[in-house]
Amino acid sequence: MADVRLLGEAFSPTDELAAFNAAHPQAGGVVSFLGQVRCEGGPNAVEALELKHYAAMTLPGMEALAAATQARWALDGLLMIHRYGVMHPGDPIVLVAAAARHRRDAFAAADFAMDHLKSQSWFWKREKTAKGWRWIEPRPDDHRDLARW
Amino acid sequence: MPARLVFLGRLEDIAGMGELAVNPGPLDQVLAALDPALAVELLGERVRMALNGALLGGNEAVVLAEGDELAFLPPVSGG
Repeated sequence: MADVRLLGEAFSPTDELAAFNAAHPQAGGVVSFLGQVRCEGGPNAVEALELKHYAAMTLPGMEALAAATQARWALDGLLMIHRYGVMHPGDPIVLVAAAARHRRDAFAAADFAMDHLKSQSWFWKREKTAKGWRWIEPRPDDHRDLARW
Repeated sequence: MPARLVFLGRLEDIAGMGELAVNPGPLDQVLAALDPALAVELLGERVRMALNGALLGGNEAVVLAEGDELAFLPPVSGG
C-alpha cells in the first residue's frame, strides 16, 4: 500500500501528488510535505546540494519507516519519495504524502515520516557554497523533533 | 576473496575512496593495516557500523569473513 522510492533523478511533485490523490479517492484528507533545495542570495547561498545514500540500507530503512508509519495511523495510502545525487536550488528533495479518512491521521503520519526521514534515515548531505563543499551534520532541532514521537 | 570496507558521508572524503578491499579477519587487525588517521576517524564515537546491511550495536567483536561488507556510518542528515 505504501509507495516508497529512492530516486537518482529529478521528479515532479505535482505529477506525483496528482497520481497519489487520484489513487486514493476514498480518503477524506491528503497531507503532503515537499522539501526542496533552498534558493537564497548572499555569501552563504547554496549553489548545489548532494545527498549520498547506502544501497544496502537506505531504501530498506525507508520501507521500514513506511511500515512503522502505517502501523501507527489508519492510512489509506502513504507516499515517500527521496532523492539522492546532486541537486540545485529549487529542486525537489523529498516528498511525503499521507492519505487518510480523517485529517488528523494524515497530518500526524506525514509529520512523523518527515521527522524520521530527516534525522534517522541513511542519508548524508553536503552543500556547496562559494567556499566549497561542506558536510551537513544533523541539527539539535532534528533530534528534538524526533523526541516528540 | 577479500572483505570490503565502505566509507559513507564525510568518511569517504577522509579515506579518499568510497570502498576498500581488505583481508578478512578481526576488525582490530583490519584497522591496524589502515592509515592511522583514517582508523581514528572510523572508530569515532558517533560513527556506527553495519555488517552486510545490518546495523551493529557497537559492543560486538567484529570478525570479517570473506565477502563481508562492513560500512562505517557517520551521523546522518536527510531531507
